[in-house]
Amino acid sequence: MADLTDLGIAGIRDGVRTGAFSATEVADAFVVKVAKAKPLNAFLVETPDHALAAARAADAARAAGETLKPLAGVPIGMKDLFCTKGVATTAASHILEGFVPTYESTVSQNLWDAGAGMLGKLNMDQFAMGSSNETSAFGNVVSPWRRPGDAAPLAPGGSSGGSSSAVAARLVPGATGTDTGGSIRQPAAFVGISGIKPTYGRCSRWGTIAFASSLDQAGPMARDVRDCAIMLEAMAGFDAKDATSLKLDVPKWEHGLSSNMAGKRVGIPREYRVDGMPGEIEALWQAGIDWLKDAGAEIVEVSLPHTRYALPAYYIIAPAEASSNLARYDGVRYGLRDLPEGAGLQDMYAATRADGFGAEVKRRIMIGTYVLSAGFYDAYYTQAQKVRALIARDFDRAWEQCDVLLTPTAPSAAFALGEKSADPLAMYLNDVFTVPSSLAGLPAMSVPGGLDKDGLPLGLQIIGKALDEQGVLNAGLAIEQRAGFTARPDAWW
Amino acid sequence: MSVDTATVKKVAALARIAITDEDASRLAPELSNILGWIEQLGEVDTTGIEPMTAVIPNTLRLRDDVVNADPLTGGGIREALMTNAPQAEHGFFTVPKVIE
Repeated sequence: MADLTDLGIAGIRDGVRTGAFSATEVADAFVVKVAKAKPLNAFLVETPDHALAAARAADAARAAGETLKPLAGVPIGMKDLFCTKGVATTAASHILEGFVPTYESTVSQNLWDAGAGMLGKLNMDQFAMGSSNETSAFGNVVSPWRRPGDAAPLAPGGSSGGSSSAVAARLVPGATGTDTGGSIRQPAAFVGISGIKPTYGRCSRWGTIAFASSLDQAGPMARDVRDCAIMLEAMAGFDAKDATSLKLDVPKWEHGLSSNMAGKRVGIPREYRVDGMPGEIEALWQAGIDWLKDAGAEIVEVSLPHTRYALPAYYIIAPAEASSNLARYDGVRYGLRDLPEGAGLQDMYAATRADGFGAEVKRRIMIGTYVLSAGFYDAYYTQAQKVRALIARDFDRAWEQCDVLLTPTAPSAAFALGEKSADPLAMYLNDVFTVPSSLAGLPAMSVPGGLDKDGLPLGLQIIGKALDEQGVLNAGLAIEQRAGFTARPDAWW
Repeated sequence: MSVDTATVKKVAALARIAITDEDASRLAPELSNILGWIEQLGEVDTTGIEPMTAVIPNTLRLRDDVVNADPLTGGGIREALMTNAPQAEHGFFTVPKVIE
């Protein structure tokens, strides 16, 4: 039998349904792969029993002649930002070490209800703050990709770097990610896989550890567009426990997939041609334009005039929300407590948070505290929220001329671990193309487009109108079919 | 905006994060650099623009005013709530003495 771990979500689902193989065989095959892949450090907790139990349930349902659930027999990886009942959940932070949720996040529960099983909890940037997976308290995640003849460890992107590394290394056929400013799309681009952030409000945030609540959205990361559509259908849906959850039916995205772009207009935002953009990124973008033209789309140039202000606005809004959200880590109700000898309550808070949070998390909490502090609130936070309104208006105006937007996902291919970690600003600039759509709450995805001169993957981003995940997925599919991206990293781990 | 070490210490105190003098000296130029970059937002003309409060039009729902409408987030789950507490006694979270 062919290696079952070479199959994606659709292949596993269909094979289990027809009986070509059992769900247990699939789970066993992935469990072995996960156990062997320690050098990637993609997993914080391995949960083979969870995956095997779901697999046995799928096999039993099939034996009993029952209709199989949408993800029956599909084992997945779960980003450690999602609370999982009875399984340690830390957001890759020391401050939550030992925290074992007594409840299940809505997104993970939706996946289990759809028949999926969990292979384990995936490493990530601490509290989803980072673009390289170097801020985890439990060690860097390493990309399965390497430059030719060079064993230097590369960044898998971030913050969903455990997810991207695990999918690219075929340790899991799909994984959950979360995206606040690009944390699904940039890591997907770095490792040559697909990932979609849906419209804000599609996926419930309940039980997902909060970073910046007005931006955080969960989404799937998988090998191709179809697999993303299947997994997103299972993850999304209205949830009364999240006040920002959208009360809408979940569309049948997989059924609606079509790569025919006839009659569709694809906008190319001129402001995304940033200074110093590498020629390879420029060339990939042009290839994407040609592919969508070939699929029948009309290409139109559009303007998003406030693009350059998106990153600075994001680095006010996200830290401001984080400083408020992370106030809950006080050493009283859960997680770490650091109580120095003779310390009072305030000292306990300060010691606990100093010890428990990593450097990047502290940096962002302090930026957030500063911009929200008396005398600065209007100049920073209110101004940023006004600029955010202008950025959203830019998109609204673009939609008068086009149906989707095509841009590069990231300004470069994956960099080496350590290459950018000394300069926070250089790291923040990684999200230059992904942040604007996050600020506007729009659906956006990354699909692999090609390789750079070092043989490392590059991604293309498609941004859609609010609630038009279908349009985004379809444009992604049109690119996928023409890019013919089949490269995969050689297993060195 | 240039942030000095005194400001860093004040912000750290507001954020309830203990920092050493060394941390403050390291963070001052870092935060100055980031805040200096953020300041370009001041260039944007936002006259007459309302600050965004919700990215996707949505209305806040009200649930029925009943006890324990959702068993997961309602009452009667004290044990589950206390399970992860670093220190809990007699069904209460405990903290260092705050009243002399």
